Amino acid sequence: MMDVFSQWLEWFPNLLPGLIVSLQLTGLSLLFGFPFGLLLAVMATAKFAPFQWISFFFVEIGRGLPALVLLYLMYFSLPDAGIILNSFTTAVIALSWNTGAYASEYFRAGLAAVPLGQKEAALTSGLRGWTGFRHIILPQALRISTPPLAGLAVLIFQGSALAFVIAVPELMSKASEIGSITFEYLNVYVLTAVIYGSLTLVFLALVRVLEWRLGRHLQRN
Amino acid sequence: MNPQLLSSIAQGIGLTLYVTGASLLIGGLIGLVLVGAARSPIGIIRTIANVYINVVRVIPPITWLFLIYFGLPQFALRLTTIQAAIIGFSIIASAFMAEIYRSGLLSIPVGQREAAHALGLSSITTVGHIITPQAFRVALPAIATYGIGLLKDSALASTIGVREITYYAQQSAKQTNEGLQAFVVAGVLYILISLVVALISRRVDLTLRRKIGVA
Repeated sequence: MMDVFSQWLEWFPNLLPGLIVSLQLTGLSLLFGFPFGLLLAVMATAKFAPFQWISFFFVEIGRGLPALVLLYLMYFSLPDAGIILNSFTTAVIALSWNTGAYASEYFRAGLAAVPLGQKEAALTSGLRGWTGFRHIILPQALRISTPPLAGLAVLIFQGSALAFVIAVPELMSKASEIGSITFEYLNVYVLTAVIYGSLTLVFLALVRVLEWRLGRHLQRN
Repeated sequence: MNPQLLSSIAQGIGLTLYVTGASLLIGGLIGLVLVGAARSPIGIIRTIANVYINVVRVIPPITWLFLIYFGLPQFALRLTTIQAAIIGFSIIASAFMAEIYRSGLLSIPVGQREAAHALGLSSITTVGHIITPQAFRVALPAIATYGIGLLKDSALASTIGVREITYYAQQSAKQTNEGLQAFVVAGVLYILISLVVALISRRVDLTLRRKIGVA
């Protein structure tokens, strides 16, 4: 048992840079994915039909394809289109697409949950179009969509492990590097599972706190 | 679209369906045991079941697969790639299915159990004939959605060498230099299979609604 832990201590400094890449990958994918998702949600409800089709295309591909296939697709299609990017950037694009597709559904639900009266009240107060949307509808929709989006963030962190397949030096690839040198595959993957698992648990606890704080105004004393 | 590309990637459909179906079945059965354990009157059994469910879900699927496929041989437990994939996905599915069953069971009004009791039905008859059929109908859409999710996750089996759709797409991408096309074909196949599964589940759902008489 002591051996196991001393190995963990020995490996951890090598895994840490990988974990940092995983977190960067997750952070950037959320940073681009969430606004993309909001855009897709607004486009889906637009009156102008081509906007709806564009939104449908991005959402259905982002959710319908396995994330792994989407990752490979970007990896192979971008160079074909004459765009040469490193694997990290490619992974950010694929995961952002994935994030945006799922997030758009939560944003849509959030937007739909804002009572119609709010829109009417905004119009009556003279807050038309974009102004009314930005100051009245959007803040309420965002509050409703936040808990599921936070849950999605946790899934994207787990999904960042897929970037391993296109050689992004994240946690999984650092782990398999160590495995192929030491042949201690079981132990190194158990350590990796512990790292992913404990961070996910921390994130989930934060989500729960967030949910409680956002729901506080609804609780009656 | 290149027909040769299509036919070579389509070879993977069988194993994609096999890995998904077997994992859903095995995971679904283990999930039944788990949901039973999670509702056990004995505290320690409940705790074990809940810890299992949570631990399984916080570890990324690819980490599970690598742990099983590359890690277990250290204990001289040699698995084929297909066995490793099915074991890995069954473990993952069991935790998610247990949660789905749990929400299905929670949706059955307590009055149903009380009514069965009042009619003098035994606990086993109550669970088997009153609770389970209704809970299953409620859980079916969630099971179908999870099944489609698992179908997509099964693409990961290609990373340990299972010859499913994504594996053949990757092979074709390497051999023909038509990477983009190969993965477009794979993507289309996944979407088509998902559509078929969704249609079947809707059919079954409608039939069950009529049979059980739940509106």
